[in-house]
Amino acid sequence: MAKLRTRKHKVVLARSRGGDVGIAIILFILGAIMFLPMLYIVMQSLKPLDELWMYPPRFYVINPTLKNYSDLFTLMNISWVPFSRYIFNTVLTSVSGTFGHLVLASLAAYAIAKIKFPGRNGMFQMVQMSLMFHSTVTAITSFIIISSFKMLDTYWAIIVPAWCSSLGLYLMKQFMDTNVNDSVLESARLDGAGEFRCYWTIAMPMVKPAWLTLIIYSFQGLWNAGASTYIHSEQLKSFNYAIGQILAGGVKRAGASGAAQVIMMLVPISVFVISQSNIIETMGSSGMKD
Amino acid sequence: MATKKAAKKAATRELTLRQWKIKEMKQNKIAYLMVAPYMILFTIFTVLPVLLSIFLSFTDFNMLEVPNIVWMKNYVTLFFDDDIFLIAIKNTFIFAVIVGPASYLMSFLIAWFINELSPKVRAVVTLIFYAPSISGQAYLIFQTLFSSDSYGWANATLMELGIIDTEILWFQDETYVMPLCIFVALWTSLGTSFLAFIAGLQGIDSAQFEAGAVDGIKNRWQELYYITLPNMKPQLMFGAIMAITGSFGFGGIVTALAGFPSVNYCAHTIMHHLEDYGGQRYEIGYSSAIAVVLFAIMFGANMLVKKIISRLGT
Repeated sequence: MAKLRTRKHKVVLARSRGGDVGIAIILFILGAIMFLPMLYIVMQSLKPLDELWMYPPRFYVINPTLKNYSDLFTLMNISWVPFSRYIFNTVLTSVSGTFGHLVLASLAAYAIAKIKFPGRNGMFQMVQMSLMFHSTVTAITSFIIISSFKMLDTYWAIIVPAWCSSLGLYLMKQFMDTNVNDSVLESARLDGAGEFRCYWTIAMPMVKPAWLTLIIYSFQGLWNAGASTYIHSEQLKSFNYAIGQILAGGVKRAGASGAAQVIMMLVPISVFVISQSNIIETMGSSGMKD
Repeated sequence: MATKKAAKKAATRELTLRQWKIKEMKQNKIAYLMVAPYMILFTIFTVLPVLLSIFLSFTDFNMLEVPNIVWMKNYVTLFFDDDIFLIAIKNTFIFAVIVGPASYLMSFLIAWFINELSPKVRAVVTLIFYAPSISGQAYLIFQTLFSSDSYGWANATLMELGIIDTEILWFQDETYVMPLCIFVALWTSLGTSFLAFIAGLQGIDSAQFEAGAVDGIKNRWQELYYITLPNMKPQLMFGAIMAITGSFGFGGIVTALAGFPSVNYCAHTIMHHLEDYGGQRYEIGYSSAIAVVLFAIMFGANMLVKKIISRLGT
């Protein structure tokens, strides 16, 4: 680990060899606990039927096969609602929910971070407070509200609440606070640029990592959304829900469900891999001042 | 006379202050226009449900009949006449007290451990630790690993080793359900706060560590205490909130793994109780009271932790 160290040139930082080794061991054990179940999911999806039901079970696959994946696609083809419909539902809600969230949250974040108007602190405090409770607490009353807007059993019930999720606004506002320079905005305003112009041509290009992060968070949330209490028509349900139905299929679908699980987790993981550095950069300003 | 005059003067000053405020608001019309779409939706879908829960918790609303105001009756029933609720509270606290701090500590320590790795290695390690939290239903793999027949890895291994001779029904056995669910919850808990910690650690100016080394900091623990932690305060605060919120909200994992309701309510949390009364029995008034209690607990826990962290290093 010593040679992986990046900083320190002149000054030798206080590091004991024993500590380095200890940390490496802890990291290795914890890493194995985190990683092996994930690897097992992939292994399961590649196992032929006789290996899935083998005693004692083996971790590694002996004769890897893609049959589970082709089984999954056969299963998809014979389902009552065509699988392409589930995929369409998830893509539609994910994309429109994410897009609306990005626009509304960044507009509001810009105003709260960069325009001094009465009430902005109160608004931000409220959003910050809403981070403190899990949305399932208000599931019942949200249901009442959504039904009173006649949005039950429509895409809107998924999309509109996603537009105003609070984590997105919080991260965006914090990032704008540290990364958008007030003097640049000030001189643009003196040159006669309106606030919308400042927002769109100055602030937004400066906070690229933040809006990428917003996109990813919102997308992940919507992508992983399973059965919603707001939707009861089968043809409006999500891809994740449909996959869950296959997972619940039990013994005779063990192979296909393994494949389904791999497909489900592949999307959010690859999205994260692509955008990791941007997310970390955004998180750099996520801190909360008291 | 003089007092009257002073009062009048104060009144006019107040008026001008208010006028000034209104003027300021008018000047910023555009800002209100910008926040309006978000804030209106936020109020409808986040603030209103909370207020509505509080209001409904004082009624006997059941979706069918006209609700009556019953004041504290729901709360009295909840705490004095509902044994399962008390189990739920106990379980929720056990979950939260173990999972919250453990995931928080784990997030921080791992972020701290990997901080000095080279960027490429760090990115890979970050992915390994973060992946379970974003992979949707990946945790269902534990049902396979701990399945109740001998094809499950846990049973098979224990039987091979001769520790047990009949299969353990992991997720149907009161002794194992809670610990297993806690383990799985921890497995998925390295989420947003973990990323915030990684970013926070990266953001600390390395000159501070060098100055510290010159000033006689002897080991990494001193460095952690005197330099790293004070610098990380804002991230620690944010991470704590995410960890607390998460630790109270993972009823979904329990339902998926142990079923709903779990055997003898052994892993029944407040979240499940809420779902039971609100989602299945339509006793909205009663379930709102449950929601308010849960809300108060989450809020209280957050405030307490916020206070503790703000004292850090002072």
